[in-house]
Parts: sequence; structure tokens; C-alpha cells
Amino acid sequence: MTLLLFLGPFSVGIGLLGLFAFIWTVRARQYDDPKGDAGRILTDHLQDGPPHQDL
Amino acid sequence: MTVTTHSTQNLDAFVRKDAAGRDRIELLVKGAHCASCMTRIEAAVRALPAIKSVRFNLTSGKLSAISESGRADPVQLIGAVQALGFTAVAYDPAQALQEDDRIGRELVLALGVAGFGAMNVMMFTVPVWAGLFGQELTPYTRQVLLWLAAMVAAPCALFAGMPFFRSAWSSLRKGKANMDVPISIGVLLTLAVSFSETLLGGAHAYFDAAVMLLFLLLIGRYLDHRLRMTARSAARDLLALQAPIAIRIDADGLRQGIPVGEVTAGDFLAVPPGERIPVDGKVYAGASDIDNSLISGEGLPIAVGPGSKLYAGALNQSGELILRATAASQESAIAGITRLMEAGAQSRSAYVRLADKAAALYVPAVHSAALMTFAGGWLLGLGPREALLRAAAVLIVTCPCALGLAVPAVQIAASGRLFRKGVLIKSGAALERLAEVDLIYIDKTGVLTQGRPRLLTDAPHLVAAAAPLARGSHHPLAKALAEAAGPGQAATDIVEIAGEGVEGLVGGRRARLGRASFVGVRSAGTETELWFGFEGETKVRLVFEDDIRPEAVEVVADLRAAGYRLAILSGDVRRQTERVATLLCVDEWHAALTPAEKAAMVDKATSAGRKVLVVGDGLNDAAALAKAHASMAPGAAIEASQNAADCVYAQGDLRSIPLTLRIARQARSRALENFALAVIYNLVATPAAMAGWINPFVAALAMSSSSLAVTLNALRLTLAGRRP
Repeated sequence: MTLLLFLGPFSVGIGLLGLFAFIWTVRARQYDDPKGDAGRILTDHLQDGPPHQDL
Repeated sequence: MTVTTHSTQNLDAFVRKDAAGRDRIELLVKGAHCASCMTRIEAAVRALPAIKSVRFNLTSGKLSAISESGRADPVQLIGAVQALGFTAVAYDPAQALQEDDRIGRELVLALGVAGFGAMNVMMFTVPVWAGLFGQELTPYTRQVLLWLAAMVAAPCALFAGMPFFRSAWSSLRKGKANMDVPISIGVLLTLAVSFSETLLGGAHAYFDAAVMLLFLLLIGRYLDHRLRMTARSAARDLLALQAPIAIRIDADGLRQGIPVGEVTAGDFLAVPPGERIPVDGKVYAGASDIDNSLISGEGLPIAVGPGSKLYAGALNQSGELILRATAASQESAIAGITRLMEAGAQSRSAYVRLADKAAALYVPAVHSAALMTFAGGWLLGLGPREALLRAAAVLIVTCPCALGLAVPAVQIAASGRLFRKGVLIKSGAALERLAEVDLIYIDKTGVLTQGRPRLLTDAPHLVAAAAPLARGSHHPLAKALAEAAGPGQAATDIVEIAGEGVEGLVGGRRARLGRASFVGVRSAGTETELWFGFEGETKVRLVFEDDIRPEAVEVVADLRAAGYRLAILSGDVRRQTERVATLLCVDEWHAALTPAEKAAMVDKATSAGRKVLVVGDGLNDAAALAKAHASMAPGAAIEASQNAADCVYAQGDLRSIPLTLRIARQARSRALENFALAVIYNLVATPAAMAGWINPFVAALAMSSSSLAVTLNALRLTLAGRRP
């Protein structure tokens, strides 16, 4: 049962990684233009990263 | 006033400096719907000189461009986008600043955290549930699992619950209890009870229920927010599209475009034909016809010349006018109507939403049930701990999960369906008010009618004779005449005298087309008319009429069949209003109403207990729109009316009215069904909780199944729309 003490926090840690990744994507404004981003990844002519802070 | 790439126009007012000192321009682009449009727009803008970076947001239709300091050229930028076939207008920087949707981002974060918590806490609580069903689980393991669950759930619940705690607190401070009060008490009490149960080794630890509840409620809250944001940004787009610009002429005769807000009394302003008068003023030079229909509702254009008084919002029809402002925009005649509108909006904000009405009944009932469980249980000898646990169980199972999700889910489904039909609903409350309407007041000009004149006189030879002159004029009546005659030769030697008429040679003979006095006859002037005649011959009259919209008859019959009482309210003259009323078989009509009289009629009907829907487009309707129980405006309406209305429908299609009312009623039925589902659920769950039959597994199951039930019921609205 001591294994639980290790596995529990470990799995929560993996979950937290996902949570932090999610928080980062919100902060980086990746949900501001879902329609446009879907098109951006398909072409080389557009900058497909998250928008610049001041744009 | 639409901003066009007029050579005289200067759009520097739309350039904004960013923190690094570079110029920044925002454009609103219409008509771009696909990735290749986005590629072409960005490429075209990037190719312009001095542009440093550009980003087009396909979802919101906004284009942001940054250029080197002092080298921004909005006109060139707009030209580049328009050359690709899209409509582009400069976006008011003050409006663009509000773009940052902070509340939305906060809700997404809370939703993400609650989702993380709800999923991860299951890792630890599912084994505990198994223990409830006699599976092997030692007390020590159970304890470890519960503490792990607490470590995940408690911080997540506290963070994700913040939007609810804040709203509950501010509602309590005002001495009221909204739905967030039982939610907050429920969540906090659940956490407290779960901690004490974990410490004491009891069975009632509801960590999973607390986070799951918040997760489901946040979905509802986020949907509600999305609905309001879409409507609000669409309303702002409309405002930006009509970005008010005035052309000021300075002492050296130079013309410069400035925001209307910056006009001061005494400024000289140029108003080209086709544009609206920006502020109240007097004509200094020039002559033209003025269409006051948006202000007074009267369809007949009025001729103006030097010294005539002009009101903001009137449309300049035929000639360029130089006017001297007599008032700044805040003091213009429009401002009086705006004040009426504000008064109306205040009375409307007193409307109590369905969910809040439910909360007013729900909150005291639930809290007294919990209190009774505690007091009763203790008196019946359960002991304080067990009594408190059962009271907490009552609060948990009755937590208004279904209610919090029920109404937003219905409203998002209904407004989504209306949006696909070209109707934009501004808020959920508007949808609820639309469902209650029983009396409809419709404006005539521009709503029931096309809002533009059509030649009525049926005399082909006469039309053919006058048409050459009409082709040389910019006047709307002349244009209607030219349209009726079809393509052909224009007259020679044409001289247009703004506000009077045109003179020219038709087949070598001098002829005149224009108002009665210009042609040399006397007329009562009660109809929309033009006079025409060759020099020295008899003058003849051409009568014009504003056509009713083709679908109007069908729509009026539809509404009447659905049980609505219908009346026409018009600012136009009696004769014209009566004509339209007769054509549409509407027996209740009122003509020659001022804006204040329209608003007073709405007040009168309201105090008689009617729920009034006003449909109107003009400035003369704005006050009535704001005062009415619910209101609609066509997409071509002026901005004041679109702001005052609860919903805006595209293309002026009158069929949107019965459609909107029908969907609003369906939405109300779905919401009431959802309330009924929630009540049934509570009638079963509350006695079970009082009897102590609720355990963490049952709580989690009941909560998610009731939420699923109300969401599926709401989705029936969307499915109903998909069926042919």
C-alpha cells in the first residue's frame, strides 16, 4: 500500500502538467481565434504561432 | 455613416500609438470566411510599405496591423483589403481597447481547473466507492485515498468556485440571495463536512461531488458568457461600421475627418450627398434635399438652403452641404432621444429573469429543508453529528446543478438556431421577454416597407419622356424614375439645382423635372411626387410610393394566426400609413406620431398589462424600442435603434419576427420543462438525503444524471431546427 503514496502524487503530477499546459495556452491567447487557427496550420504562407502580444 | 475611401476623407483619427511608439490600426473586415481569404488578406496587407506586422482574426473578423511610426495609412490599408473584394472599415480604437475578454478567460481557467480536479479526484474516490459496495478496502488505504482526494479537490474547488463565491457575496451584501448563494454554501459546506469526516473516519466524504458540481455549473456559466459576448461584440461591430466621422473644414479650407465627438459648436462641416448630418447645425452654403425619416418618420424629403436648420441623423440626399455646427454631438437633438432611451433601459433592467425567479423560491425552500433535517434529526435522537451530515447531504443533492445549467443550455441552443437564421439575440433575458409578448407595434417606413420610393404613375410615354432628365440626377425620386424607365439616353446640357430639380435638353427641347415650384405649378404637396414638363407645355405629375415588403402580408397573417395583436405606429402622414394598413389588413394604426408619442403609446399599453414588442428602425423609434417589453430592429436600422433593440434581424426580412417569437416561446417551454425535471429530481432526492440514504457514489451519480437530462432536453431545440 505504500506504493499508493508514490503513485498517487505521481499521477496527480502528470495531471498538473496537463493543467499547467492548459493555463499556458489560455494565457498565450490560443483560444481567441479558433476558426483562423484551424486554417493557419494548413498553409506555409501564414505565421501559425500564437499571436504576438501586441496584435 | 459608413466610412468609405473617399478622397477627401482623412482617417488619421483611427490610428493609435502602441507602447513602443509604433502606429497601430484596427480594421473590421466583412465577408472573409475561409482560410484562403485570411491568407490573401494578410499577404496583401503585408505587401504594403511600412507595415511591420499584421494579424487577421478570422473568428471575430478583426484585422490588426502595426506600421512604422508616423507612416500608417488607413486609407491605403482599407483600399488593399477592399481590392480583394471584402468590405473593410476602420475600427474605433476606443472600441478596440475593450476587446480583451478578461472575464471569459477567467471562466475558461476556472473551467479548466475544475475539469482537472473532477477527473483526477476520481482516481482516488472510485476505489472508495468500491469500498461502499463491500469490496476489500482497509481503513488505512481508505484514509490515504481520501487525503489524496482532499489534496486535489480542495484547492481546485476553492479556485474554480471563486466566480460563484464573489457573485454570492455581492448578492448577499445587497440583502438578496441569488442562485450562487446555495451553490457557495453547498460547496463550502461539502468541503468542510468531507474534511471532518475524513478526520473522524466516517463514510460521508464528498470531495468528488464538490468539484464535479463546480465543473458542471461552470459549463453553464461559460455558455451564458459566450452568448453575451457574441451579442456584445456583434453590437460593437455595428457601432464600428457606422463609425461616426465628420469632415471639418478649417480656416484655410482644408478638409479633415474627425470623430463626431470632437466637433464643437461653430465648426464648419462638409456633408457630401448620401451621408448623414453629424451634429445639429445650420446650412452655411449649398442646397439639397434632406430626408428626416429617421428622426420624424416622415417620408417626404425637405428642401434646404442657406440658413435652414438641420438635425443630426438626417440624411443628405442630393447636394453637398456646408453646415455650421450649432451644438456638439452630446447636445444635438439626438441626445434628447438618447435620454428617453436610457430611461427605458432602466425600466427594462428591473426585469427578473426566469432563473432568478426560480432562485427566489428555491433558496429559502432548500435552506429550510436542510435546517429542518438538522433540527428534526437531532430532536429525533440521531445525535448532532449524524443530523448535521444529513443536513449537508440535503444541501449537496439539492445544489442547483440542473438549474444552473438548464437555462443557459436552453438559451445557447435557441440563440444559436436564431443566429443561423440571421437573427442576433443580445441576451438570454431578451429571449425570455420575447416569449412573453402579446402585442406588437410595428413601424412602417423601412420595416413594413422597403424604405425607398417606387414610381406609381403608370404612363409609359410620360416616363420615357422624363427619364433622360432623371438619369442625370442624384435625387432618390429621380433615381426611382430612371429605374422604372430602364436603360437609355441621358439628356444633354443638364443642370441640377440641388433641392429644386434638373433642367436639360430632351430631344432638342428644354425640359424641367423637379418639385412643383421649380416646374412652375402649385401643388398641395401631400404626396411623394415629381413634376415634369417641356418648356411652355402642360406640366404633369409623377407620383411615387414606398412599396411594402413582399413578405409583409404573409407575416402579418402569420402573427395574427399565432394570437398576437398587431398595430402600425408611424411618424409618416395619415394617408401613407392608412394605405399600408389597408394593404396589410391591419385595422389598428396610428399616424403622424412623434418619437415621444410612440414611447407614450408603449407606456400606455404596458400599464394596461400588455407585453409590447416594438419593431422599428429609425431614430424616432429608438425611445419606444427601449421602453418596450421586447424589441427588434432590422440590420439596416440606425445605430441608436440597434443598440436599443433586444435583437437585430438581417436583410430586413420580416419573416424573422414570427420565427424569433416562436423560438423564444419554445425556449421558454424547454426552460420550464427543465425546471420541472429539477423539481422532480429534488422531490426524490431530498427525502432520500433526509433519511440518510445518500452516499458519495449516489450523490455523484444523481448530480451528473440530472445535468445530463436538462442538457439533452435543451438540445431538442437545436434538433428541432435541423429537421426540414
